[in-house]
Amino acid sequence: MTITVLKPGLLTTIQDLGRHGHMAIGVGRAGPMDATSHRLANALVGNDPSAASLEASLLGPRLRFDADACIALTGAPFPARLDGVSLPMWRAHPVAAGQVLDMGAARRGARACLAVAGGFATHAVLGSRATDIHAHLGPFGGRPLATGDELPIAAMRRRNAASWSLDPRPWFDPDPERPIRLIPGTHSDHLDAASRSALFNTGFRITADSNRTGFRLDGPRLALSAPLETVSEPVTFGTLQLPPGGQPIVLMAEHPTTGGYPRIGQVAAVDLPRLAQRPPGARVCFQSIGHDEAEARYLEYQRTLALLIDRIARRLAG
Amino acid sequence: MIAAPEPSRPVAEPLGETTLLLRFGTRLDAAVNARVHHAAALLRVAALRGLSDIVPAYASLALHYDPGAWSRPSGAAWRQFADAVGAVLEAPAVAQPAPARTVTVPVCYGGAHGPDIDIVARHCGLSVQAVADRHAAGAYTVAMLGFAPGFPYLLGLDPALAVPRRSDPRLRVAAGSVAIGGVQTGIYPTGLPGGWHLIGRTPLRLFEVDGDPPCPLAAGDQVRFRPITAREFEAGADR
Repeated sequence: MTITVLKPGLLTTIQDLGRHGHMAIGVGRAGPMDATSHRLANALVGNDPSAASLEASLLGPRLRFDADACIALTGAPFPARLDGVSLPMWRAHPVAAGQVLDMGAARRGARACLAVAGGFATHAVLGSRATDIHAHLGPFGGRPLATGDELPIAAMRRRNAASWSLDPRPWFDPDPERPIRLIPGTHSDHLDAASRSALFNTGFRITADSNRTGFRLDGPRLALSAPLETVSEPVTFGTLQLPPGGQPIVLMAEHPTTGGYPRIGQVAAVDLPRLAQRPPGARVCFQSIGHDEAEARYLEYQRTLALLIDRIARRLAG
Repeated sequence: MIAAPEPSRPVAEPLGETTLLLRFGTRLDAAVNARVHHAAALLRVAALRGLSDIVPAYASLALHYDPGAWSRPSGAAWRQFADAVGAVLEAPAVAQPAPARTVTVPVCYGGAHGPDIDIVARHCGLSVQAVADRHAAGAYTVAMLGFAPGFPYLLGLDPALAVPRRSDPRLRVAAGSVAIGGVQTGIYPTGLPGGWHLIGRTPLRLFEVDGDPPCPLAAGDQVRFRPITAREFEAGADR
């Protein structure tokens, strides 16, 4: 069973929950930018959250199904059409062999997730099907999808479509004015007074050269009160780094494992899916949050999401 | 009475909700780096629940974990986890950690394989041969792997060989290039952009996804370089 890529879109990659256990040799996790959309799309077609899905960015792909399938789309609203017929998102749909899915361009937000029952069954590399573009790891040598690619699909577990759909709220929220919460970083206290104030009171814009590795933020130039000697330390998804130019960078899903720039903040994990849905040019305003509160909100978010995924699974089974 | 040595107690600091950073120091220092590797070895054996990645760096160690596995009705999960980590590091050692492995890396110095060795020689006021000799004479430790899969940052460079990074980084450095950047030396495992000065090249493959293990070098390993001729390089690369 395969799906053929007729047009790849702007940046379409296969992603699963990421490459775990190899960071000590410099292999990052990669994985979806918006992990919530990935998990819910898989849930809607009866897959485990660890199954591989497609992540489409801004301009989605055109795909031909070479066998019957069951699919679900989540994330940013895309005007998807199946053989020309509008395809609502956040629900499971049957697809017949030969049908063509055209995802179109995102109306708001940045990324959508396409899951197919059974999951994309490309060869796993270091235990994962996540595409790591910079390290050239994962499906198709770690590159984004290209015209003519044939995507293998694992045997389907269920094919009947559901007659119900999920409410995207609160799982998708593209509101550009809602602040992104930021935990102070190791070197926050080294910012000069003006920069400390500017970080939280002035907005930034995501620059055009932002990608899955990081979002570069254009806005007030930030500066340290004195030069700081730093050695490379581990970094993670959401780490806000300050390179010498004064333009901060938020590390995203394809972040390196270590970095040498001062760390002036850490995006609260609950807000990473929202940040990941902001396209280049979108505004980002930060709001300070303490670590313990951020952790409590993250645990609550994960519990709520797990309960929802469990309810979906029971509904599919019943 | 002789006091027992203080247990090496790092500072624990959360790096987001799913990572705990242990900091042993703030500088490039072989003794601090050795404590990082010792702690990493203890934590690998302890296999704490929810812990998926242990990432050693020069002076710090990251633990990527699932806070859901450490959540309690009261108190932050990261503190529970940090306490468990502290207990592992402070427990009396039941066994000595295995001695560090020594890996010998063959290098063809200079010529087409080390196009920057002349620049390094001029900067350091040494002959090209002296640069190669001094580099090959060093005893190195893999301080950490990072930047790209399999890239080893090595501590132990002869200070006489320190040279600032290139002002014009290369867009692609040949796989296996042995290079100097500041007071560090390292090896580009795959074709990568890079700003370090290239002094030689090894035919050893430093990262192969299907290899077991994918990297012949691990953080904490000792490394020696063995000079080889261009002919030996070609023979090794053909393997």
